[in-house]
Amino acid sequence: MSSTATVAPRVTRAKISPRKRARRIRLVQYAVLIALVVLMIATVDGRQVQSVFFRPDLIVLTLQGVPHALFNTLAYTLGAFVVGLVLGTILALMRLSQVAPYRWLASIYIEFFRGVPALIVLLSFGLLSVAFPGLRFPFDPYGTVWAALGMVSAAYMAETIRAGIQAVPKGQVEAARSLGMPAGMATRKIVLPQAFRIITPPLTNELILLTKDSSLVYVLGLTTAAFELTKFGRELSNSNVNLTPLVVAGFCYLIITLPLTFLVRRMEARQQKAR
Amino acid sequence: MTTTPDVVPTGNRADEIQIYDLHKNFGDLAVLKGISTVVRRGEVVCVIGPSGSGKSTLLRCVNLLEEPTSGRIFILNEEITDPDADVDFIRTQMGMVFQQFNLFPHLTVLENCTIGQTQVKKIPRSVAEENARANLAKVGLADRTASYPAQLSGGQQQRVAIARALSMDVEMILFDEPTSALDPELVGDVLGVMRDLADEGMTMMVVTHEMAFAREVADRVIFMDGGVIVEEGHPDQVIGSPREERTRTFLQRVLDPTHASPAPQAGGGDRSQPPAAG
Repeated sequence: MSSTATVAPRVTRAKISPRKRARRIRLVQYAVLIALVVLMIATVDGRQVQSVFFRPDLIVLTLQGVPHALFNTLAYTLGAFVVGLVLGTILALMRLSQVAPYRWLASIYIEFFRGVPALIVLLSFGLLSVAFPGLRFPFDPYGTVWAALGMVSAAYMAETIRAGIQAVPKGQVEAARSLGMPAGMATRKIVLPQAFRIITPPLTNELILLTKDSSLVYVLGLTTAAFELTKFGRELSNSNVNLTPLVVAGFCYLIITLPLTFLVRRMEARQQKAR
Repeated sequence: MTTTPDVVPTGNRADEIQIYDLHKNFGDLAVLKGISTVVRRGEVVCVIGPSGSGKSTLLRCVNLLEEPTSGRIFILNEEITDPDADVDFIRTQMGMVFQQFNLFPHLTVLENCTIGQTQVKKIPRSVAEENARANLAKVGLADRTASYPAQLSGGQQQRVAIARALSMDVEMILFDEPTSALDPELVGDVLGVMRDLADEGMTMMVVTHEMAFAREVADRVIFMDGGVIVEEGHPDQVIGSPREERTRTFLQRVLDPTHASPAPQAGGGDRSQPPAAG
């Protein structure tokens, strides 16, 4: 170390105080924002926008079919979530297993399904019955979607669940084992309930992502009865040569996702408080 | 003065915990270097010694939370170190109370005391709850059955942990520094419960730094240092007039920390919980 390192840097007093400077920057930001809004109002033809995105007659038409499509979106999502949760838990336990081949298998699965686009997985599953004649998923096409999306989300959930299990203190297992519980029972009765409590917020986020991913089922050849929101909106948009039905469908996703995001925020706040 | 018998095992069920030539290594580190002792029915044995002397490891080996490197341990004449032993069953006869309480935070106080009974011993819920309530009353927490562990003080949590062990109708309880994580003013309640248990004839093996408790309640004190039993015997002898120099040095540090000789790293007073060995 040379002695020059100990020489304090020369401090010069700023010309304007930092607080004043921050206020000026904020004022500039507001000005830009207002300018943008004014520009939009001046240039945008409201009537034109409405005729493309919000045509009243098409909104009414679309809304009539929305309940059925909304139901299908929910059915695809929840089914896939359940498959993902069960499979993800198994994968997480395999990743934490003492048995090395289990760990390898789980790692390969997770890396594969996290790396491959869900769309491709879904397409492949759609053709599975062609590749393997006689193979049929129950409740088709629901079964196909549940399996495909469930297997993809399981890969993501497995990592979350693993983190949750590892967040449960080791003493919990020791206390359970010292009561005479076998390892499996200690996992089921003591570790997993605590792990899932810890990871409820991230799992709910996964549910939100899955809700939107369920729109991917449009790549499967579906009958009208199996249309979910996006596919339903697209078909109506195409036949009417107008985007309004798709916009309405898009807003319907918010009916599902907004309460969920609200829920996540509340749970996270509560966990923060409990800490 | 050694309590090690010649025949292994003694075949006497009253010799509840029998430990023979127990060794435990963590990697290259030998934590236990040949421990042998027998704890008899109704006996209260306090294990004392400096941090890192292996006393917690010894206790954790007894119910196989740590796998011994070598040596044999018999619980009620059944060898828990036998690879074919039904370890889970043997553990149901032996409670354990931890330094950090380790109550199940997602269960109520009552459920903490019933889950072992209903899940492991398959006792009907109503019977299990009655049993749990009786034991919670015994530790002075009859009115907190519906609370969750996080709503209780450390001393209350540790008493629930004792009630949880008692609810399994155990023959013996292992205590791993039960008061080390407690605020000083809460230590007395827990020690009081333990004293009552001792008076009722519960077999107890207690790793502790509470010298006054050891002296008053223990039938026998084991002083460990460096992974071996340095000295054991009646508390009046081991604590009152120790024969070994190492015992004397340790007791001097613990009983009068302000006048401790150098080497402060081995102080036995307060400590910020080391991982496994202690």
